[in-house]
Amino acid sequence: MKDNRAPEDFVLRLRGITKRFGALLANDAIDLELRRGAILALLGENGAGKTTLMNILFGHYLADRGEVLVAGLGGGLAPLRAGSPSAALDAGIGMVHQHFTLADNLSAFENIILGTQSLFRPWLDRGSARRKLEKLMAGSGLNVDLDAAVGVLSVGERQRIEILKALYRGARILILDEPTAVLTPQEAERLFETLRRLVAQGLSIVFISHKLAEVMAVSQRVVVLRKGKVVADLATAETDAAHLAETMVGRAIPKTVRTAMAPGAVILELDKVRVAGVHGRPALKDASLSLRAHEILGIAGVSGNGQVALSNLICGLQAPEGGAVSLHGQAVALGSPAGMVAAGVGRIPEDRLHDGVVGDMAVWENLALEDYRKPAFSRASFLRRDAARAHARQSIEDFDVRCPGPEAATRLLSGGNVQKLILARVLTRAPMVILANQPSRGLDIGAVTEVHRRLLDARARGAGIILISEDLDELLALSDRVAVLHRGVLSASMATEEVTIRQLGLMMAGHDRQEPAHDAA
Amino acid sequence: MRLEPRTQVPLALAIAAPASAIVLALLLAAIPLLWAEVSVLEAYGLIFKGALGSRFAVTETLARATPLIFTGLAAAVAFRAKLWNIGAEGQLYLGALTAAAVGTGAVTLPGFAMIPLVLIVGALAGALLMLIPTILKLRLGVDEVVTTLLLNFVVLLFVSMMIEGPMKDPMGMGWPQSEPIVEAATLPKLVARTRVHAGLILAILAGIAVWIMMQRTTWGFEARAVGASPAAARFAGMPVPRVMIRVGLISGALAGLAGVGEVAGLKGYLTLDLSPGFGYSGIVVAMLAQLNALAVIVAALFVAIVFVGADFMSRAIGVSNYLANLVVATSLLTMLLASLATRYRLRWR
Amino acid sequence: MEIVEILFTVSFWAAATRIATPLIFGTLGELICERAGVLNLGIEGIMTAGAMAGWMAVYQGADLWTGVVFAFAIGMIFGFIHGLFTVPLGLSQHVTGLGLTLLATSLAYFTYRMILPDVPSPPRIEAFQPFAIPILSEIPFIGPALFKQTALTYLAFVSVAVVGLVLYKTPLGLALRAVGENPAAAEAQGIDVYVMRIGAVMIGSGFMAIGGAFLTMSAFNAFFFEMIAGRGWICIALVVFASWRPGKALLGALLFGAFDAFQVRLQQALGGDIPYQIFLMLPYAFSILALIVMSRRAAYPKALMVPYRKGER
Repeated sequence: MKDNRAPEDFVLRLRGITKRFGALLANDAIDLELRRGAILALLGENGAGKTTLMNILFGHYLADRGEVLVAGLGGGLAPLRAGSPSAALDAGIGMVHQHFTLADNLSAFENIILGTQSLFRPWLDRGSARRKLEKLMAGSGLNVDLDAAVGVLSVGERQRIEILKALYRGARILILDEPTAVLTPQEAERLFETLRRLVAQGLSIVFISHKLAEVMAVSQRVVVLRKGKVVADLATAETDAAHLAETMVGRAIPKTVRTAMAPGAVILELDKVRVAGVHGRPALKDASLSLRAHEILGIAGVSGNGQVALSNLICGLQAPEGGAVSLHGQAVALGSPAGMVAAGVGRIPEDRLHDGVVGDMAVWENLALEDYRKPAFSRASFLRRDAARAHARQSIEDFDVRCPGPEAATRLLSGGNVQKLILARVLTRAPMVILANQPSRGLDIGAVTEVHRRLLDARARGAGIILISEDLDELLALSDRVAVLHRGVLSASMATEEVTIRQLGLMMAGHDRQEPAHDAA
Repeated sequence: MRLEPRTQVPLALAIAAPASAIVLALLLAAIPLLWAEVSVLEAYGLIFKGALGSRFAVTETLARATPLIFTGLAAAVAFRAKLWNIGAEGQLYLGALTAAAVGTGAVTLPGFAMIPLVLIVGALAGALLMLIPTILKLRLGVDEVVTTLLLNFVVLLFVSMMIEGPMKDPMGMGWPQSEPIVEAATLPKLVARTRVHAGLILAILAGIAVWIMMQRTTWGFEARAVGASPAAARFAGMPVPRVMIRVGLISGALAGLAGVGEVAGLKGYLTLDLSPGFGYSGIVVAMLAQLNALAVIVAALFVAIVFVGADFMSRAIGVSNYLANLVVATSLLTMLLASLATRYRLRWR
Repeated sequence: MEIVEILFTVSFWAAATRIATPLIFGTLGELICERAGVLNLGIEGIMTAGAMAGWMAVYQGADLWTGVVFAFAIGMIFGFIHGLFTVPLGLSQHVTGLGLTLLATSLAYFTYRMILPDVPSPPRIEAFQPFAIPILSEIPFIGPALFKQTALTYLAFVSVAVVGLVLYKTPLGLALRAVGENPAAAEAQGIDVYVMRIGAVMIGSGFMAIGGAFLTMSAFNAFFFEMIAGRGWICIALVVFASWRPGKALLGALLFGAFDAFQVRLQQALGGDIPYQIFLMLPYAFSILALIVMSRRAAYPKALMVPYRKGER
């Protein structure tokens, strides 16, 4: 694409955007420009301030300082009224959030036209809306079943609805926040094709990501954020992934090194386990796996394909409908979280703020949450508060949990520190089986490295670990073996060295490992 | 305008917030007083005098505070675990009914055994009544707010049926009331020829016991965790249903004890006007106390002062004593605002 | 008379419709609030305040419809307080609602005593009178049962239809349903969640107040203390029973009205043998039973009772 257009070809300009949350400077005097018909990548690790910036642009947050200029239909840049999503929408900005914003009780069609007609209109105009939408779907190649209830649609379909929502409103600028996080590699590729087509039709796109490969693949320009500041703004063609990586992190990226290790005895075995899902359909169908000591077994899959059921089973939240589970060769009481803890299973939940900690309780209380009935923490039903606090101080030190002290309310901790708290609670007990569900999601690189190191240490100590993750790079880096979940079916496991990301992607989409030929280009 | 979570609560704020809530409520309640064309200062002076101005007034206030401590504790315990027991009124009446049934001659024991007996059966009745909505909530997902509220009406009708029927006092000149309870089952008076009775001591002891339970024991630990985050408590391996049932039983028992106290300590027999809404006022008491059991004792005293004082003021200058309910309801709402101030900082941009 | 035969008399169904009317208003009001994601436990107090306000306006010389409008406005004011506390401030919907019930009730009683300090018995007003709707009232059986009522009952029927149409056929209804299910989705489409929620609570509370006013302006023609007698709580149960749908709310309220009317007839038929309190308990027990039956498959609006803070997710 030639880039010889005049400066008025900018459709979006951010000037000096500054945003502070308490002590945290999330955005520090950020400048950013987007050209018409271009894809701009906003690169940065978790916590760098990308999402905050886009939330300011879209009016969810108010900036402390700075302004946003948007091109009108005529072309000239004009200031955007701050703090109002509807002003942003009117100015032609469309946003696809990382966590989709769809109402499950409405159909795809209703979600798209929601808020597009005056609330004082006496009648919902479905006919013309539908015609316009069908034209749009044909033009963009984004196809969805408009009458389906959103609650039953797949992640990919939901994302297409989100993009259609923006296009239907006539968006001229589309912001995509980590759009590939939940897709298979092939689905991501398809998304990129759609984006290229839309750009050719005149759309301008801001693509937020922390994945270098896709930034290189899809963007013309890349802006790198680190700790709330713009640290680089360059043409994609003039840089490479290695340089971007270093710019993004600010230092050489610590590489996760998994040393080869001979697996030990089988410690956890699932034999044809069936777990019920929501509408009576099984969420996990006859899943079998065996986990050995000194081994990490990675579970790949698009979210919503049975990960919750597998995790619930091993966390003790759900009992299976059939099949057998044995720990160290013995049957184990299922469907009881306390039973699993007692049996020596360490559990790192997917949603750490919802399931992992009680936000309103103190750090020391959360550290004792699984063990408060043990003699170390209570005697004759009375809590041994001093012992628990002392234990907490030790854990805080050992696991480097950054907090004012054991009395601090847990809800005030950052995501990374909450995760360290959970790791401290789980790993101090030296469990032989560990379930880690999305253990590094949303963490910055420092915290991710720490999580990985702790898991590898546990493996070295002799634990077997089941790692459920949507991040294929993480899976391949940590796992000795990988299996794929698709529609509740767990594949046989494969040695990590023998699979490629592409193969995993096909299996995640439901293809058999052996014969992906018809899809290969 | 937005709310920003506070990282810490200064002690001064923790004390000033409820105090200013009460001041604000009294200021708001001055509006109806102005409407009634009475002097606000005089009215509040009369309330103060009526509640605390004499030895007799103080004993009346303490007597009124007694059931409020119990119902306040009942609400505080349950709300801490996010079990919305709005049925303290019904549990109070059922406790009173069983106390009256046992205490009017069904059983005759000497005093040292009789008093514990009526206390226990009354508490048990309240506890078992609360068990129904708790189990419905756990097993079938039935919202306990509505069930506890509706059960209040059922229990009140049941009490009415009993004291117009099998438990009616033949010597009551046709009034629907139970026979007086026997001497051995009567709680002793704390001050002769007044209405303060030993129930007050029990209520204060209950407050201390509940505080210790909630703050120092594994039961309280579980209840607080379940209330703050049921999902995290369950994930950590806490027996959430058992915790809920335990909390429900304790809450119901405390409300039942309020009823026993009124029958066995204050009135001596059961009528349908035993409680002027002590169960509902208990919710206000609990919220004013921010669900802290020790603070419940203080909050109950405040509410009792308002009620006793307003009665006095009403007789003296003819302003309806519904003013008391107004002050109490307003202070609940202002207290909610105050609790917000302790948790969040208000930012205007 | 045989007990079962009661069910086939016009007078029985006419009574059932009368009993159902305040519940239709209350249930509809609560349904609107909950569809927007706000539980309104102020309903019992708002109905009391509406009953007092509407009646008092007429007693002071206003005409009947002015009284109804006045009651609606009073309901909206209490709804605004509830909305303010629970929506932008995000305070507990349970506690705020109960506080509002205490406030509205005591305010109604206080006001009544202020204006009428020493009336011996509750004074009566010239209330709404039943009138037959031409054609509709001539439908055999259903006509005289449903269409020889007072204007407020007809208003209740119309309200059900209007609320149903708004909810499912207008942009406003679409926005309301989205706000109660996933407020972030609504906000991302430019809908102001706070305005929607506060507005819904205000309108819903207005309906509740008319439900109360029906009792004093169309049924008993006077204001008594404690006359709402748990009807507000029953409405909350009926909303669950109705799965948050206006049509089913109407059905549920009529069913409940029929049950209550049946209980009264039963009491007359069996009076003496069974204490009357047993019969009076039945409506409450019936409500609990309805909750038990329906709760299992209740599809709550997902954001019900979840405060929404802008920019938090």
